[in-house]
Amino acid sequence: MSNNIIVEREKALVELERRIAELREASAGQPLDMSTEVAALEQKYRQIMHELFGSLSPWEKVHMARHPARPTSLDYISRFDRFDELHGDRHYRDDPSIVGGFALLKSRPVIVLGQQRGRDTKENLRRNFGMPAPEGYRKTSRLARLAARLGLPIVTFVDTKGADPGISSEEHAQSEAIATCLQAFATAPVPIVANIIGEGGSGGALALAIADHVVMLEHSTYSVASPEGCAAILWSDAGKAEEAAARLKLTADDLRRFGIVDEILPEPLGGAHRNTADVVRRTLEAIDAALTRLSALSKERLLEQRYRKYRRLGEWHAEGLEPIARAR
Amino acid sequence: MPRPEWLPSRRGRETPSADTALWSKCPKCGEVLYRRDLAANLDVCTRCGYHFRMNAYDRINAIVDGEYTEIGQEVVSSDPLEWSDKKSYPAKLKADRERSGLSESVLCGFATIGGFPIALGVMDFHFRGGTMGRVTGERITLLLEEARRRKVPCIIFAASGGARMEEGMLALMQMAKTTAAVARFMEDGNFFVVVLTDPTTGGVSASFAFQADVIVAESRAVIGFAGRRVIEQTIRQRLPDQFQTAEFLLEKGAIDMVVDRRNLKDTLVRLLEYAKAPARAS
Repeated sequence: MSNNIIVEREKALVELERRIAELREASAGQPLDMSTEVAALEQKYRQIMHELFGSLSPWEKVHMARHPARPTSLDYISRFDRFDELHGDRHYRDDPSIVGGFALLKSRPVIVLGQQRGRDTKENLRRNFGMPAPEGYRKTSRLARLAARLGLPIVTFVDTKGADPGISSEEHAQSEAIATCLQAFATAPVPIVANIIGEGGSGGALALAIADHVVMLEHSTYSVASPEGCAAILWSDAGKAEEAAARLKLTADDLRRFGIVDEILPEPLGGAHRNTADVVRRTLEAIDAALTRLSALSKERLLEQRYRKYRRLGEWHAEGLEPIARAR
Repeated sequence: MPRPEWLPSRRGRETPSADTALWSKCPKCGEVLYRRDLAANLDVCTRCGYHFRMNAYDRINAIVDGEYTEIGQEVVSSDPLEWSDKKSYPAKLKADRERSGLSESVLCGFATIGGFPIALGVMDFHFRGGTMGRVTGERITLLLEEARRRKVPCIIFAASGGARMEEGMLALMQMAKTTAAVARFMEDGNFFVVVLTDPTTGGVSASFAFQADVIVAESRAVIGFAGRRVIEQTIRQRLPDQFQTAEFLLEKGAIDMVVDRRNLKDTLVRLLEYAKAPARAS
């Protein structure tokens, strides 16, 4: 049994899908017309799909964002016109939980970077479940600096539970690696487009997400901490993750409202993995459109605009947010 | 040391049980310390050198020459997520204000130390665990922007459990905001020093704290990205005591120096002397 509630739910559909396929097949070679039965089943199927996936709660979105079949960074990067991967942090090792390199997107040369989780246990072990170590962040800031020097736009894909919380990561100064990444993105005088394609977990996600334009898939999540982590921190009870998910305001709509996300891409009913090709195509189009728009700006304008964007975030007197009484 | 004029009269601090008493017990060596002796020794155990967590006002008092002009007091918290669990977020803030005497987890302002004019930000763990919310980020950003305008060095004392959960992603975004402000400040050739105090973790250590020119840490301060509990749960084993201490980070090459609190002001003044650099090309 999967611990992913969306995967569990899909199992209920599999049986129905099988019966529809069987009936179709049977009716194809038969003089007997079974199209009404097929149509009835298909109607039923659509109805169930809507019931199951028509309106997802924040907790359901958390599971959708973690769905094992959800398109990963490489599913997007492999649809670029070209990709030449660059490896390593030049200090210690190559971290496979972040992939990056030169790429052509609709004939535009860019630097692309993405957090990469595995599709199966073996790949997940190699890629550390998409949780980058300092070496991954050092590779990222190195490539961001390269982009800045060559004047290439930066495109990132964010999909991580968070930065790796391990002994070696602490020994290699995870904090410094992320802090330096943030600085590289805040100062790169080139257009940056970030795409939240799965789970955006805390500072480990933000390290690749300071951008002029942030795109987020409808059912992705982006959060100050994982719901489990938040529940553990506040209530010492990771079991209250569902409650934390509801409180954290981690959905695309919430973040669009806060001005943290600039554009939401709708997903097919049932999630991005139900039509990966279409989701990837639309994402790349959105990136291309944003880059075209951003490339028209001067470096000075671009940096000033980016500074103001983050300067504004969390302003205490933002509209509708009245300050509570002062201490003294 | 007499309390300067600008300092508000004393608030209750830490837990009342420990605090109403005239005596404090050192958690490390067990020595029972007369509170006045302890305060005169900058909250450092007179017997074993254990560094107690220090209140932001005491910290400022111990560092500045005289006056401290606070900025950003008008910036106070609201409740963007309308957060409520056992208590509402505004109620938690109110309780922490009363308990700590602080308006937020950081105080920002301008002062001189050793005659050098500086921007000084001091975080305090006693307010919401020193977590960084929107007000924390906004005040630090205001401090860096004003320091850049005045062309004076900036010193920030960090103490933080990370980003503040109750403000969600708006809290996380303060990492981006302060980063951008640090970058502008430093690009202009200004000198930035961070003093890591116990504890400095998460969103603060992974943003402005580790972007400084010089990173000083107080003796035995716990410093890291992930919390100790999280790591222990992940690897399912107990970590050595020394792990994530200032001394550990020094050995691993992550910070510049570990300093006893009693020598901190002298150390900072010496650093400022180097950075004064009158011959710097402009």
